[in-house]
This record gives sequence, C-alpha cells and structure tokens, in this order.
Amino acid sequence: MNNSLTSRAKKLFINVLMLVISCMWLIPIWMMMIYATHPDNVIFSGELVFNPGTDFLKNFAILQGKQDFSMAIFNSVIIAGVSTLLGLLVASMAGYALARFAFRGRNTLFALIIFILAVPSAAIVIPEYIIVVKHMGLSNNYAGVILPYLANAVGVFFMRQSFLNLPAETLEAAYLDGASEWKIFYSIALPIVRPALASLGIILFVAHWNDYLWPMLVMTSEQYQTAPIALGRLIGLANIEWGAMMVGASLMTVPFLLLFLILQKQIIAGITSGATK
Amino acid sequence: MLRNRYTPYAFLSPYIIIFSVFWLVPILFSFAMSFMNTRSRTWQFDFFLNWGRLLEDELLWQALKNTFLIIALQVPAMLMLAVFAAVLLNSKDLNFKGLHRFAIFAPIVVAEAAYAVIFRLLFNDNFGFVNNMLALINIDAIAWTNSSSGATALIAIGLTWRWTGYNAIIILAGLQNIPKDLYEASELEGTSPWQQFTKITLPLLKPAILLCLVLSTFGTLQLFTEPTLLTEGGPGGSTTTVAMYMYSQGFKSFNFGYGSAIAYLIVFLGLTLSLLQFKLFGGKPDE
Repeated sequence: MNNSLTSRAKKLFINVLMLVISCMWLIPIWMMMIYATHPDNVIFSGELVFNPGTDFLKNFAILQGKQDFSMAIFNSVIIAGVSTLLGLLVASMAGYALARFAFRGRNTLFALIIFILAVPSAAIVIPEYIIVVKHMGLSNNYAGVILPYLANAVGVFFMRQSFLNLPAETLEAAYLDGASEWKIFYSIALPIVRPALASLGIILFVAHWNDYLWPMLVMTSEQYQTAPIALGRLIGLANIEWGAMMVGASLMTVPFLLLFLILQKQIIAGITSGATK
Repeated sequence: MLRNRYTPYAFLSPYIIIFSVFWLVPILFSFAMSFMNTRSRTWQFDFFLNWGRLLEDELLWQALKNTFLIIALQVPAMLMLAVFAAVLLNSKDLNFKGLHRFAIFAPIVVAEAAYAVIFRLLFNDNFGFVNNMLALINIDAIAWTNSSSGATALIAIGLTWRWTGYNAIIILAGLQNIPKDLYEASELEGTSPWQQFTKITLPLLKPAILLCLVLSTFGTLQLFTEPTLLTEGGPGGSTTTVAMYMYSQGFKSFNFGYGSAIAYLIVFLGLTLSLLQFKLFGGKPDE
C-alpha cells in the first residue's frame, strides 16, 4: 500500500517534471509559428498567444518586400539538395573503397580522414575563401558553396562503417559471375546500405541547409543568398519587422520539424552511430 | 570497370581530389599564411609578426575570455540537463514518450539563424515574452542585450535550448546500453535509486558524457552565428567570441595572416582542451 503510493508519487513527479521541460522547449517553436500569423502590435504585447491570427500572408508580403525570400529558399534547396546527393555519392564511393579493398596507402588515408574530423571548419574558412573566391572566381556561384561541402570526413567514416557490415561473400560471388566493380557497388552494395544513406542524407541536408558563415562569404549578392543569410540580413536592418521575420524562420524550420516527426529514427541513428563509432 | 590495382583509387578519386583542394591545401596554406605579413603589397614571410601579436592583442584576449566564460557556464549546465532529460526519457514511468522526445530533440533540426531571431524576439529587453513572464512573478526586467551578463546568459540559454537534445540522444543511447540485470541485482541488495544512479548509471555513462563534453567544448570554441545574430557581439564587445574576432580580422580588416594565426590558436586550444578532458575524465568506467 505504502509502496504503491510512493511509486505513484514518483510517477507523477517524473511526468510533471518532464512536462515542464517539454513545454519550455516547445514554447520558442510555438511562438515562432503563432507570431508569424499576427501583426507586429500583437507581438509587441509580449504575451503568450494561443490563437493563430490571419496575417500570415501579409507578413510574408512584408518579408518578400524586404528580401527576396522565395529566391533565398530556392537557393537553399538547390545548395542543400545538390550537396547532399553529390556528397552521398562521393562519401559512399570512398567508404566502399576503404571497406572493401586492401591497397597501398589505405591506412595512411584513413588516418588522414580521422585527423580531418578533428579540424574545425572555422579554422580553414580564410584559406578556403581565398581559394574558392579569389583563385577560382566562384563568388555568387552555387559551385563555390557546394564544392567544399563534398569532402565530408564524417560521411566517409559513416559509409565505411556501413560497408564493413556487408557480407563479403555476396559481393565476391557477383564478381566471380563477371560483374564489374562499379556494377557491384551500384546495384548490390548501395541498395543494401539504403538505411545508412537515408540517415547520412538527412543529416547532411540539414547541416547544409542551416550553414551560415560559408554561404555568407561566397554568396554576397541578394540574388544568390540562402535562407539563413536572408534572415541574418533582416535582423541587421534598423527597422525590424518581427512578424515577417517569424514567417521567414517558420518557412525554413517547419518543413524540417515535420521531417523530423516522420524520420526521427533515422536522424537519431545517424547521430548516435556518427558519434559513437 | 573490372577490378585491377587501380580500382580502389578510382573509387577514391572524387573524394581525394576534393579533399586535397578544399581541406588539405587550405590547412597548409593557412599555416603558411600565419607566418606571413599579408598586408604588404606582396606577401612576405615575417615569422613572429602574427604569432607575436596574439600575445599582446587585448581584443583577442577579451574574445577568448568571453568564449571561455560561455563554455564554462553553458557546457556543464547543458550536460547535466541532458543527462537528466535522458534519464527521464528512459524511465518506464514516463507517459507520452514520443511527444517529450519530439520536444527535446526537435531543436537539432532548427537552423542557428532561425532560433537566433526567435530568441532575439522572445528575450527582447522591452517587449519580449520572457521579461513579460518575469514581470508576472515580480522579477524586474532583465537587460538581455544591454548588459554583458544578460547577453552572455542569453547566448548560453540559446545554446542550451538548441543542443541539449543532441547530447541527450547520445546519452540516451548510452543509457540503453547499460544491462538491465545490473539494476535488478542491486535492487535485491536494497540499493536506493540515487545510489543506483551514482554507482551504476553515471560510471557507465562516462564515455558518452565525455564524448558530449569534448564535442560541445569544441563546438562552442568556434561559436559564431548565435552571438552574431543575437547580440552582435555586444554590448561593448562583451559577447564577441574568438571565432567572430577571427572573422573580423580576416574579412573586415582583410588581414588573412593574422586571421590564420587566430584560426590555428582555435585548433590548438580545441585539441589541448580535448586531451585534457580525456586525461581528466577518460579513465576506465569501473575506476
């Protein structure tokens, strides 16, 4: 009796505590979405608003008038999409070679990749800028943002790990049947590691979509800016339109929140395997 | 493409080319630049110019101090919260787990720029939601952007909101790897839940927490976007981080050599701190 009472109290305590934390964590996202639908005078009240308003389109028009945000979203989709697809291809090819073949220089190369994992990207941003913008002349060019993204050490590491788990006999049998190595890679190995590709793909897409410093340096003209840069420029203006800004933040966030709801498992798998192996 | 001795290199070639041009060359180039005077018309080697300046540049020291203050305040608090949240999320007594997981984990997909503008609005000194709520419980408005302690706290709160879920995911994975029978055995011996936590859970979580500690420290050392958009490094330079200072040296003053020296300082500090953390906390879990 006493025992069940304390265990019920414990259960209640745990649930209330977690509810408080979860509410605190959801409030910023909730306020972003709700403020996006209200005029600025509601926002200036600073109150917790529960009802959505009717000003979403009006706020969007203000946003679009200040910065070409639709274009910025389009640029972000192109940059994150192309970087992710090409990045997956480059990383799986390299990971496949490291996992499947014994060749001269393999250990050195692998050690180098691990070493690169420890170099923060902030550390190379200056020489990267000189090479890409000054020497290659790729300022305001999609390729200028995308190319450096493609050498992703985490991706190679992750894909190597996935290919190491493949049954070597299956691949070897295909080889003895006369299939080329490219064909084995493309039509046997890649389909088997599809879950890993999905995890890595989501993580790469989100990371490239969210990146701030690098696209800001390369895409200096408004026509080529990505969504985070457009948002950053808006906050620098003397007269901040908060409702419009919340529309911008929502447009670049809500699709990912939905994606996260659907693909939570893959995203978490990507983080834990990338982090623990 | 049938297999021959070049096959592995063929598979590796796209990565190696991009890796060399966009990582290896920049790393070496940056190192060379840090020893050059890049402000003269033709760049010249001047060995101690930039590295010597690191020692006596008071703005740099201020930026380092600001950065380490944020790390010291934010990282331990966030990791404690992440352990706490992971333990709650792992508890069999918790209802609506999916909903709570979403609430804590969702910020990992929110862009730095997006949450920075949201937090800038919610923590606005004059009309922000947070000060408004504080007023309800009779707490005076906090100058989140107009005082150095407020601005530092604001950045720490923002980072905690954004990254607690990420760390909780790693810690939760660690929790789920702890064998259940360890708890069952200790229950038979009459161990209290708190003792279980300190004697079983924490020691076995040590590798996961250490990983989070190293990743968070390294990440915060490079902190750029949040202070740029939340506080613009202010007030009075009190939240200008070392990465922001590197940016302003490199891309506002166009002093690439000095910027590179600062970049190497960041790498050096990051590696030193990681090694230190491994040394201090990296013993075997049963020690």
